[in-house]
Amino acid sequence: MDEAIVLKYGISPDDFTRAGEASSDVKGKLKQLGVSPEAVRKVAIAMYEGEINMVIHAKGGEITVEITPSEIKMILADVGPGIPDVEQAMKAGYSTAPDEVRSLGFGAGMGLPNMKKYTDDMRIDTTIGVGTTITMIVRL
Amino acid sequence: MTVQELLDSGIFTVVNVGENPEREITVPFCCDLLSIAMGRAPAGCAWVTVMGNMNTLAVATLADASCIIMAEGALLDEAAMKKAKDQEITVMGTELPIFDAALQIYQKLKGQQV
Repeated sequence: MDEAIVLKYGISPDDFTRAGEASSDVKGKLKQLGVSPEAVRKVAIAMYEGEINMVIHAKGGEITVEITPSEIKMILADVGPGIPDVEQAMKAGYSTAPDEVRSLGFGAGMGLPNMKKYTDDMRIDTTIGVGTTITMIVRL
Repeated sequence: MTVQELLDSGIFTVVNVGENPEREITVPFCCDLLSIAMGRAPAGCAWVTVMGNMNTLAVATLADASCIIMAEGALLDEAAMKKAKDQEITVMGTELPIFDAALQIYQKLKGQQV
């Protein structure tokens, strides 16, 4: 595996029935590649949280996953409202999710903290009214 | 204890048998808030919950739970049942409250009398 394997997924807004499909697909492919179960689990959890956020808060977007022998990089780019206060959004328990999302068992304000917890590096680039791009790395 | 041994124990009803029933159960885990379960469910856990929508199935897969136990007589909705079959996730059911269901698994894991 000399060159990076690149996977791309389009994420539809407001479609909870499909949320998680991209993460499940990546999980399956990483397993096939023989990536360790612990790393697969970290990527799956972090990416699913990000995917859910894109469905809840943004107008969809695209996820790019780059797999190399040394790391797995996930780039989640959405078209959306942006995050006004990143520091506040990173606090466990802080959430702006609507009630219908909470009734599904989400929206507890754990998404971004979970993403940070399960990755080795995480960067948030956000512009109000334009969108947010989150880059996460899990080292192998 | 493996998932198959828990299935065979007769403690819970069998809703769906998934892939790899020979997998070891590590610990019971109780939580109904998916946001928390996503970050805290230990790999290989038997996840006891009353939340039966398809996002429960997605979280179980991605957090790498070994199986799901639907407690308090809670049922999977239609979409969730389809996902359990498609994704080959083991799901069991019980009328027991969450704590009692988890305790039964715990006692089995510890080899105690139930």
